[in-house]
Amino acid sequence: MSESYAPNLYQIDNLRLSLADMTKKPLVGAAPRLEILKGLSFTIPKGEILGIVGGSGSGKSTLGRALVRLLEPSGGSIKFDGKDITHLPETDLHPLRRRFQMIFQDPMSSLNPRHRVGAIIAAPLSLHGLSNPRQRALEALDHVGLPRGFATRYPHELSGGQRQRIGIARAIALKPDFILADEIVSGLDVSSQAQVLNLLETLVKDLGLTLAFISHDLSVIRRLCTRILVLHRGEIVENAATPALFANPQASYTRDLLDAIPLPDPKQVWA
Amino acid sequence: MLDGRSQIKRKLPPRLILSAGWLILLGAAAMLAPWIAPKDPLAQDLFLGQLPPAWVQGHEPGYLLGTDSLGRDVLSRILYGTRLALTVALLAGSITCIIGATLGLLAGFLRGWVDIMISRAIDIWMAFPPVLFSILLIAVLGPGLTSIIIAIVVIDWTRFARVIRAEAMTQGAMDYVASAQVAGRTRLSTMFTEILPNVLPTITVLLTLEMGIAIIVEAILSFVNLSISTDDPTWGGMIAEGRTSIHQAWWVLVFPLITLFLTVLSFSQLGEGLKDRFDPVLR
Ligand SMILES: Nc1ncnc2c1ncn2[C@@H]1O[C@H](COP(=O)(O)OP(=O)(O)OP(=O)(O)O)[C@@H](O)[C@H]1O
Ligand SMILES: [Mg+2]
Repeated sequence: MSESYAPNLYQIDNLRLSLADMTKKPLVGAAPRLEILKGLSFTIPKGEILGIVGGSGSGKSTLGRALVRLLEPSGGSIKFDGKDITHLPETDLHPLRRRFQMIFQDPMSSLNPRHRVGAIIAAPLSLHGLSNPRQRALEALDHVGLPRGFATRYPHELSGGQRQRIGIARAIALKPDFILADEIVSGLDVSSQAQVLNLLETLVKDLGLTLAFISHDLSVIRRLCTRILVLHRGEIVENAATPALFANPQASYTRDLLDAIPLPDPKQVWA
Repeated sequence: MLDGRSQIKRKLPPRLILSAGWLILLGAAAMLAPWIAPKDPLAQDLFLGQLPPAWVQGHEPGYLLGTDSLGRDVLSRILYGTRLALTVALLAGSITCIIGATLGLLAGFLRGWVDIMISRAIDIWMAFPPVLFSILLIAVLGPGLTSIIIAIVVIDWTRFARVIRAEAMTQGAMDYVASAQVAGRTRLSTMFTEILPNVLPTITVLLTLEMGIAIIVEAILSFVNLSISTDDPTWGGMIAEGRTSIHQAWWVLVFPLITLFLTVLSFSQLGEGLKDRFDPVLR
């Protein structure tokens, strides 16, 4: 791994992203472009846990997918560890791909249903030419607190929380510098949510990861993240350290979000 | 944390046992026909014409399923006919499958201009009436085994291409494809290692179905006298001959028809049975 001394793992300048709007495509000619990210600028320092919040359709997932270059930006630039990856073609991207990984929202969709868990975790390792992918996959299972016997199971033979741990194991097995987690607990019940979040927190500390955590749940973000980016309609409306944002929100949109957090009501009685 | 889900072992489904059993029997018959056929399938004996099967009054010993109007042994002819039927089923079925499924996979997963070209070809193909198309093809190519196989492949590849294209599109939208890209897998490699295992159950079902269809097409072509040389016994040919003497000798028509029916049914059940038994994802 090339050691670099840029303090920021990611530097994003005036990032724009538009997608073709297929619903409005005329019979002939190109579909109109839908602007989804409208010029975002921010940095992610090494070791930071960045929370990305915002309403549905605000562009959180789109931003996340641009960071791991599942999407190609239409303007601006993304620098990863000092290297411009904005328009890097897939072949040049390959060696870097090991260093930024992603955990998906729905493990039912992100784990191939007809591959065994062991193969799912080991495949990215072999793709990057790492030695002993099988052994490393088993170690990744240890890391996320699952028995090694799960390696021979299929994803549908696991519970929701266990499945999401496989998603985490696959991402950390590559020993990346950065992980994007897009709504990774929103499909889980409350107790599995807490377990998965605790696990993620421990791993981030132990492995020295930089994390971007997308969620619409501000209470989860508050617990986990060091800094928070608030997105609204493809624009950053606030970017502040977690305590500052909760103590003194600047944007009115942030205040609306904070007001929407359900507070435990002491007067509520069990029906 | 351990639970019983991985311990569920699926039993061999009865339809898999029955269909595979019948097809193995047929395969053996095809290979061993010269040794197990009681008579020469081409030997005529006009004094022994239209003998009924062994359990009907007026039969002769040695002719288990009776004889046709030229005195040829029906059982021996069915056994020899197995050879052509299975050859056509296996060859035409697998070639159609490979071509159709590959094109469907490419169109559905790569999309773009590849999809546009393949989809256009499918649309144009679908406009031809298949039976007329096949008869026309054989008329141009001349009768023979190769012509039958070519005709089936040319007509039926769209059956695979359409279904597999749609499946590949659905699978292509799943996050495991995005995950493979994050891991650095190329598109083509993703198509084979991620998408293919998920469309394989459908391909298996379509393939065995197609093998049955190939047998029917061959029988229809034999029936209209467009298959291979008329001397070799074929099930379709026997059915055609049996039709003319249905009132005097029903067995000439009925036994090859039953064999054909059981075989086509077995092929379709084989695919479903294989899927039930070997697809890791229970549905
Ligand atoms: N492939 C696409 N083509 C066109 N528009 C899209 C596409 N994907 C997303 N969009 C649009 O882009 C906008 C942002 O989508 P995005 O998925 O990034 O939102 P999000 O903040 O992740 O929302 P959620 O909280 O619901 O996941 C939405 O308005 C959506 O309709
Ligand atoms: Mg989203």
